[in-house]
Amino acid sequence: MCKSNVMSTAAVRSTTGQRARVHPLPLRIMHWINAVAIFIMIGSGWKIYNDDILFSFLRFPDAIVIGKWAQYGLQWHFFGMWIFVLNGIAYLCYGIVSGRFWQKLFPISPREVFVTVGEALRFRLRHDDLTHYNAVQKALYLGVMAVGVLIVISGLALWKPVQFSELANLFGSFQNIRLVHFLCMTAIVAFIVVHVTLALLVPQSLLAMLTGGPPIDNARDAAPSAAAPIVPEIKPIPEIPTVPNIETSH
Amino acid sequence: MTIRPRTPSLFRPRKPIDQGVLTENRKLIDDINRRGLLRGAVSLGALTILTGCDVSEVDSVQKALRAVSSWNDGVQNAIFRANHLAPTFSPSRVMKPPRFNAYYPIEDVKPVYGATWTLELGGRIEDKRPWRAQQLYALPEQEIIIRHVCVEGWDYIGQWSGPNLRDFLQRVGADLTAKYVYFICADDYTESVDMPTALHPQTILATKYAGEVIGDPFGYPLRLRTSTKLGYKNAKWIKAIEVSNDFRETYWSERGFNWYAGI
Repeated sequence: MCKSNVMSTAAVRSTTGQRARVHPLPLRIMHWINAVAIFIMIGSGWKIYNDDILFSFLRFPDAIVIGKWAQYGLQWHFFGMWIFVLNGIAYLCYGIVSGRFWQKLFPISPREVFVTVGEALRFRLRHDDLTHYNAVQKALYLGVMAVGVLIVISGLALWKPVQFSELANLFGSFQNIRLVHFLCMTAIVAFIVVHVTLALLVPQSLLAMLTGGPPIDNARDAAPSAAAPIVPEIKPIPEIPTVPNIETSH
Repeated sequence: MTIRPRTPSLFRPRKPIDQGVLTENRKLIDDINRRGLLRGAVSLGALTILTGCDVSEVDSVQKALRAVSSWNDGVQNAIFRANHLAPTFSPSRVMKPPRFNAYYPIEDVKPVYGATWTLELGGRIEDKRPWRAQQLYALPEQEIIIRHVCVEGWDYIGQWSGPNLRDFLQRVGADLTAKYVYFICADDYTESVDMPTALHPQTILATKYAGEVIGDPFGYPLRLRTSTKLGYKNAKWIKAIEVSNDFRETYWSERGFNWYAGI
């Protein structure tokens, strides 16, 4: 029994060539493609917004928009949309098929979210285990995915209010579609601010999105199945001194 | 006397950062070619400075972006529903007068003199005799109350009437299997639409707005009004119509706006 387990783990290792990591390679590639796509979509979207503003107090400075002229902004937006949508679909399929969403983002309890928010506000959040998402992370990732879907739907309705008139009608008016599209952008920008700030505060999480992060137990990472229930466990991380001990190293 | 311990920064993690990742990827970190990174950063910087901070204008980038725009023309053509009608509205929602749009301000509009104006016909059309305003205005009218959507983002409800374009093209013996219908305008503006759009039931040669002859700024004596295209595709002050199989750039597509511009 034990022996066969060891063998199957070894088999997995030999086929992948390396140990499974907290962020598998396809996921890292999709993350950074998405980062570029979002950058293009937001920058060019701001340029398009400037041509007919929704709020009299808000006009995006020329220095932070993509495209000097309206047509350039539009060209980038209708180029970036393909990357954003195709990559997004690939990501959702990957997350669902691999069981990763189910494993990483659920279950999520509202109580836990409140507790974690409190910890975060007092800077008491623990990030020593990168393989486990806390309740706020779960809520934010699920939320931003929902917003990502809504921004695509509202974008389709904006682009094709006649061809997809059934969809566009759900929004009430054409300007409502613009407003929803704009608010989704605002939510994504807010998410990015929090996401990037936290990634910079906990640099190993940023590094993990480049290198894959710490290796994880194959059994734990595997997609959940009826036969193997997931037991939440916290992996001990070896204590490493922050400051190298100069005296002993000599 | 006690020594007060230094207050740790709020941003400093309480536990030391896990250095495991660093040691594990030591080889990768050592491999980072700093010189190459620097060179790349400098050339990227130079590129943005040289182009006035807009890479969109670099030839290869602009070529690629326009290629995607052409691809998008094809996608829009593929999802076009030939007989799907755009939403229509009640006359109470009509904006009067309509909102002006052109490549110049409303003060620069040069009115067309209706008494001497003629509509020329060209290309794959059997009967190329020109039309005078009163002949066109005598044709059966179709009224549509539809939304005008500008590429800039604004919209309004307009009430347009005039001869249906499909009927008109049939009347003059146009080749309805041709690919494009071109509109040449009195202000040197050019525009074209694909044949499926020209044949759409809500595509008309508008002569009236809200029951009255169209005003000078809005295209008198003849303009295009289709429910399935952005505002700029609706050519105003039309002086010639040509049916053709050859693709030519039009005023805005030449300047980088999407040619198909469907909604």
